[in-house]
Amino acid sequence: MMLMSFDELLPLIFIGLMGVSLLVYVVSDGYDLGVGMLMHRATPDERDTMVASIGPFWDANETWLVLGVGLLLVAFPKAHGLVLSELYLPTALMLVGLILRGAAFDFRVKAKADRKAMWDRMFIAGSMLASVCQGWMLGRYISGFGEGWNYPIFAGAIAIALPMAYALLGATWLVMKTHGELQEKAIEWSKIAWAPMVLGLILISMATPWISETVRLRWFTLPAMIAVASIPITTSVALLTVRLLLGAPAVRGALCWLPFALLVLVFFLSFLGLSYSIYPYVVIDRLTVWQAASSPESLRVILIGVCITLPVIIAYTGFSYRVFRGKTIELDYA
Amino acid sequence: MDAVFLARMQFAANITFHILFPSISIALGWLLLFFRLKYLRATDPQQKLDWLRAYRLWTKVFALTFALGVVSGVTMSFQFGTNWPGYMERVGNIAGPLLGYEVLTAFFLEAGFLGVMLFGHRRVGEIVHLGATVLVALGTLMSAFWILALNSWMQTPAGYEIVNGQFHARSWLAIIFNPSFPYRLVHMVLASALTCAFLLIGISAWQLLKGVATTSASRVLRTGLVFAALAAPAQMVAGDFHGLNTLKHQPQKIAAVEGIWETTRGAPLLLFAIPDDATRSNRFELPVPKLASLILRHDPDGELKGLNEFPSAHPPVLPLFWSFRIMVGTGILMLLVSWVGLWRHWRDGWEFSLMPRPLLKLFAGMTFAGWVATIAGWYVTEIGRQPFIVSGLIRTSEVASRVPSASIALTLAIYVTLYVGLLVAYVGVLKYMSEKPEKSSAAVTSEDLAQDPLRYQSRGEFA
Repeated sequence: MMLMSFDELLPLIFIGLMGVSLLVYVVSDGYDLGVGMLMHRATPDERDTMVASIGPFWDANETWLVLGVGLLLVAFPKAHGLVLSELYLPTALMLVGLILRGAAFDFRVKAKADRKAMWDRMFIAGSMLASVCQGWMLGRYISGFGEGWNYPIFAGAIAIALPMAYALLGATWLVMKTHGELQEKAIEWSKIAWAPMVLGLILISMATPWISETVRLRWFTLPAMIAVASIPITTSVALLTVRLLLGAPAVRGALCWLPFALLVLVFFLSFLGLSYSIYPYVVIDRLTVWQAASSPESLRVILIGVCITLPVIIAYTGFSYRVFRGKTIELDYA
Repeated sequence: MDAVFLARMQFAANITFHILFPSISIALGWLLLFFRLKYLRATDPQQKLDWLRAYRLWTKVFALTFALGVVSGVTMSFQFGTNWPGYMERVGNIAGPLLGYEVLTAFFLEAGFLGVMLFGHRRVGEIVHLGATVLVALGTLMSAFWILALNSWMQTPAGYEIVNGQFHARSWLAIIFNPSFPYRLVHMVLASALTCAFLLIGISAWQLLKGVATTSASRVLRTGLVFAALAAPAQMVAGDFHGLNTLKHQPQKIAAVEGIWETTRGAPLLLFAIPDDATRSNRFELPVPKLASLILRHDPDGELKGLNEFPSAHPPVLPLFWSFRIMVGTGILMLLVSWVGLWRHWRDGWEFSLMPRPLLKLFAGMTFAGWVATIAGWYVTEIGRQPFIVSGLIRTSEVASRVPSASIALTLAIYVTLYVGLLVAYVGVLKYMSEKPEKSSAAVTSEDLAQDPLRYQSRGEFA
């Protein structure tokens, strides 16, 4: 391993920052999109509590997407152009979903009472549309925008699996943030969503090396393979623990936070696996981080800002979660 | 349909929809703080209740406005890249950090504290809550600062150097504080103050007409009138300075605004005309002799450059000519209405029950006057920069997307449908919220005074 100069290191720092931003986005907006999708199984009163549980957070959660895509745009303009023109339509549809959801979130409690059901439907539809599009985009991205009969199937599978993962994340969020009847329901929903999510993850893990030769070489070469194996092993343990917890009484009480926390860990491990598979590419087999990066001087300017602001952002995000810790009871917002 | 045209239309639709909401929320955040402080300092129970009601209604308006601003803003952040990929490739080194700083310093601040501001009342205590409100309001201002710095740099580029077709930053101070930035920032902040003031005036007048929440609505109406009466003349002055600055740096924009084809000494101000790009002349001119020169050169015989000095590099004249007149006309109307209203209100001994109903109806009719002026103003500045995306340096057509035009047309149709639907819903909900009868003062409990929109039960440690 040769030592890199700081200027060569900069794109790596930025791909890391971008990856982390998108990971935080997927986890945080993942649970609130998941809660949105689960609303179609809830009564009107339960819907109020569900929305109340994500109310203080959804806006900040969505900002991580702007940061992630912003960093892609700013640090890797060539990759941004390539990725977003390849994914033009799913991106636009995802945005439509996010717009619908964000608007419905506020309208549902402010509009006339008889319109509430309509806005709820918008909220649910928007959450689903955004999640499905994100799954499709992820699938197309992992496969390097390949052409051929198997590629759309792969992307389609992830377009179904990711919303399932979000739904599970959302359900475990509710297990943590609610109690009583709604919590019981959330435990049931978690059990329902668990199997498809695990199945999806297994299928994707099997299909990814099959769809991309680069990934195949990366995974199945000794001795690295032994180190890489720790990722699926830990993930399996975490997922099985989640399933066991859902059947345990403790999840209704002291351990209500654990399934959610374990799922966040699963997302983090999947992210690590994906990063390992793709490195050093921004777009697999097409663009490396260095080919796509902006000039070192502008990266340095942004890095200064990131170093100053990111700790502050993390601090007040932590503050916000502290303020709204504990169980959500009811919404008296209108 | 050609792809560049469609990309432009799509971007125009998006920024038009987006600006509606910041133009309200930039000023409304500070007004909420004002209402809250009024409520805290009031000693008379009726007064306290009035300010509280005002605060609650307008907090809801703020939340709704903010949400729509966020979702349309997220869309915009994507469209920079999807519609103008070449733009970032060429000027990414300059535009990137500015946009990056907007996200890092403004978006997160607004979004992070908005939750506390809207739902955190009983959980944090008054001081922290006021702090959160201030931070949200500061966030909206900072957001305006960065995005206007970038927009102004595109209008009047400075502090850069070009190496192999790529732009590089030479001086960040010169980039941020480029020649048109201070003027544009002041102009936009005042535009928000005016837009917001007329929203307060219009909705409160509507409440008075409907006999809803009369005591609280009259306090808000008075606040709005005073605010508008101060902001309107200030905006005229700021606009004049901004215009002179534009004349210095973008003379072709002013030539199109004034409809001057040939360089003229003692140019007239055209009250009405239909500029025609094909014949390069105006039809149906209604001129006021020498006035344009007087305003822009402070000399009735001053020389103004005509459009023919800028062959193939000047903006389309008709939309610019009329957008400008709509903006100024609406501005003058807002000035007159706010002054007449305030004068009448003073003559009535600050008693709204004496206010004539036609005047209240006029106020209600002017609810969204600020939107009309703000959008027209942005059309002047943005269409006025064409055919360039960066004044005189990069043409918009050079950096457009390579996405098939059918995809752009499809998404354009979806966006426009969605935006029109949301706009109708937004206006409808504002109307509904303002008409909603309140609890009688007897039914208002201390619970309401604490105003805790979300009740939680704290369960010890885990967040």
